[in-house]
Amino acid sequence: MLPFILKRLGLAALVAFTVSFISFSLLFLSGDPAAALAGETASGEDIEAIRRLYGFDRPMLVQYGEWLFQALRGDFGESYYFKLPVASLIADRLSVTMTLGVCGITFALLTAVPLGVVAAIRPNSIIDRIALFLSVAGQAMPSFWFGLILIVLFGIKLRWLPPSGASTWQHFIMPTIVLGYYAMPAIMRLTRAGMLEVLNSDYIRTARAKGAGEGRVLFKHALRNAIIPVVSLAAVQMGFMLGGSIVVESVFALHGAGYLAWESIARNDLPTVQALILIFSMFYIIFTFLADVLNAWLDPRMRSS
Amino acid sequence: MKAAYLKTTALALAMSVATSGVALADKANDTLRVAYTKELENVDSYFNSSREGVVMQRAVWDGLIYRDPITNEYKGNLATSWEWIDDKTLELTLREGVTFHNGDAFSADDVVATVNFVAKEENGAKTQRNVNWMESAEKVDDFTVRIKTKEVFPAAIEFLSGPVSIYPAEYYAEVGPSGMGLAPVGTGPYKVVEVVPGQKFVLEKNENYHDSPKGQPSIGRIEIRTIPDVNTQIAELFSGSLDLIWQVPADQAEKLAAMGDQFVVSNESTMRVGYLSMDAAGRSSMDPNPFQDIKVRQAVNYAIDRNAIVDNLLKGESKVVWTPCFPSQFGCDQNVTTYPYDPAKAKELLAEAGYPNGFETPFYAYRDRDYAEAISSYLNAVGIKTDFKMLQYSALRELNMKGDVPLSFQTWGSYSINDASAMVSQFFKHGSLDSTRDDQVLEWLDVADQSNVPETRLEYYTKALTRIADEAYWAPMFSYNTNYVTSPEVDYTPTADEVLRFTTMRWN
Repeated sequence: MLPFILKRLGLAALVAFTVSFISFSLLFLSGDPAAALAGETASGEDIEAIRRLYGFDRPMLVQYGEWLFQALRGDFGESYYFKLPVASLIADRLSVTMTLGVCGITFALLTAVPLGVVAAIRPNSIIDRIALFLSVAGQAMPSFWFGLILIVLFGIKLRWLPPSGASTWQHFIMPTIVLGYYAMPAIMRLTRAGMLEVLNSDYIRTARAKGAGEGRVLFKHALRNAIIPVVSLAAVQMGFMLGGSIVVESVFALHGAGYLAWESIARNDLPTVQALILIFSMFYIIFTFLADVLNAWLDPRMRSS
Repeated sequence: MKAAYLKTTALALAMSVATSGVALADKANDTLRVAYTKELENVDSYFNSSREGVVMQRAVWDGLIYRDPITNEYKGNLATSWEWIDDKTLELTLREGVTFHNGDAFSADDVVATVNFVAKEENGAKTQRNVNWMESAEKVDDFTVRIKTKEVFPAAIEFLSGPVSIYPAEYYAEVGPSGMGLAPVGTGPYKVVEVVPGQKFVLEKNENYHDSPKGQPSIGRIEIRTIPDVNTQIAELFSGSLDLIWQVPADQAEKLAAMGDQFVVSNESTMRVGYLSMDAAGRSSMDPNPFQDIKVRQAVNYAIDRNAIVDNLLKGESKVVWTPCFPSQFGCDQNVTTYPYDPAKAKELLAEAGYPNGFETPFYAYRDRDYAEAISSYLNAVGIKTDFKMLQYSALRELNMKGDVPLSFQTWGSYSINDASAMVSQFFKHGSLDSTRDDQVLEWLDVADQSNVPETRLEYYTKALTRIADEAYWAPMFSYNTNYVTSPEVDYTPTADEVLRFTTMRWN
């Protein structure tokens, strides 16, 4: 197990490095960082002054090398835009994104897996149809639209929930539903497909034949096998939620890391974008790793390979 | 664009369904709740370049001079009188008995420290143009200072009443721009009690505000939250948890206005001017370059129905503009050649220039895709086939500075400086953004920019503007406007410079 983990960690570092180098290059190609930083009101001299001040006139590789050297020592520098240490800026926003991501994936799993199981037990029943409808709607509906509908209904008409912000737990209810609903369809369809396949397999018939109760058959024997691809999918969805909840964060004015990344790209705020990309790629790597471990726990056959 | 349209429609539909009444503003708690769309980078006004920053600056700090936004008259603020003692030295007498929010007494030392810090390029003030005209400041006595300019700089009074505000010397030396951004201290009508960078700002009335021409603040507490999505801002307004939003898109503002007395919608012009820039100097790689021909530039000017764009897209207080400056700016004479909408004449001019079947050109823009597309279709209609490219601001700016932009839709807000030099002199003095490079225009603008005599300035700006219009170097288009939406509890009359003035807000 240890060589396996070490190999994974080495690979993770390589992936993080590659991602950071590519993103750094892309940002440089996407427009003059000095002009972006100076803003729309800047004159030519302002931009030149900023170019000299931040050293954008030096070769890109030198600038990347400098960033990497600092980052390896744990110093992510200062945001060009906010003039604050990147580490504290991100720490502040990451807590919002983490809360939202964890709530979102929990909501998605708690609704999608039971629905998927029920739909598989009674294929083509009314419940299956409803589940299908829900998943098609979830896939088709843009999250900003769903978010606004919830805001109008629960924020304005019924006045049950605050429309936007992040100061209390009530503020997280609507964003969680919107974000979770976006991830739900894929998880539900995969659970249903997996369950259908497993329920028709020989060992389930054997389990039933030896007289096991229906609940035991479903959850101990069937679900445990059917859930394996769902775990991998959920890990990817989780990584996506932490890095890509830009729309939801924007609609509900949550000021999380996803929105910060999006805005920082537009502002060519290199230190912030670089640090965020590093963190987001680490999330993907960690969640994929955790999914592998979880799958190995669920399916003993995977432990040996 | 499509997404924005969908959103608007969705919200309009949903809003019409939501029938419940609007909650009252937070008048009971004497707290006005305002939304910003953009994350303000740093409250320190020398280290941001956004409109939100200007709003904070006017609330938290004071300048030496104040320009009345209605009458445009200059009045003393932290200075009580001022006088040019030579071409490049302005002597100011300061107001006595003013204190900063932290209790420090205001004196000449604060002016000297602030000016000498921000005027140095290496200290990195973000908009250098706001401060780099100052050489230094020196103290004459506790309440008299002299500000020396690098060149003769007649717009000094305008800048001292605009972007240059005075910081407490000791505190600023101690905390620097980052510290000032997190815990701002000024002499202004409002003091800052909370800053969550980019997200939230809370201001409280300065009970000891001096007898300033800004007037005394009335509303006790101002809470500002950043809400990036305008639909969410409107939802918050409906739920009664916001009292004022601004920069509301025209279509949304119309719908809100149509709801009767639930909201007060007001519109004011801004100093931002939209224009087409053409490569008259032939800097771009386009060969042959049609824009070097005055007939082609005139054709572009005749081809576009500016009134239709203003009436249908910008709406509100927007006006057609014929000059590379905003009409209220000093020296911005509107009495120049105009090019009314005449597509037949445009085609004729193109034929005369040797393009009877028109030509193809790249056409760039960085904002307001709908306006740019409207302009593009007018150009296509007379035979100028545009290859429309929407770029990020920074990318277009880079291309512009290289000169490789044959035709583009651009805008300029003049940093709200009410002087023609803030626009025309930015673009026609052979700098990297000058797409025309006319020596005669440069000469006249130099005279106007460097004179302290208003009549001379007016005369030479007019000469330059007349020539720019005659040569059709640009196709100036229109001025922008802003919609302000408040709850009926709030009494506020916006001004033409797009700066929210909390001091003039009252509860109804």
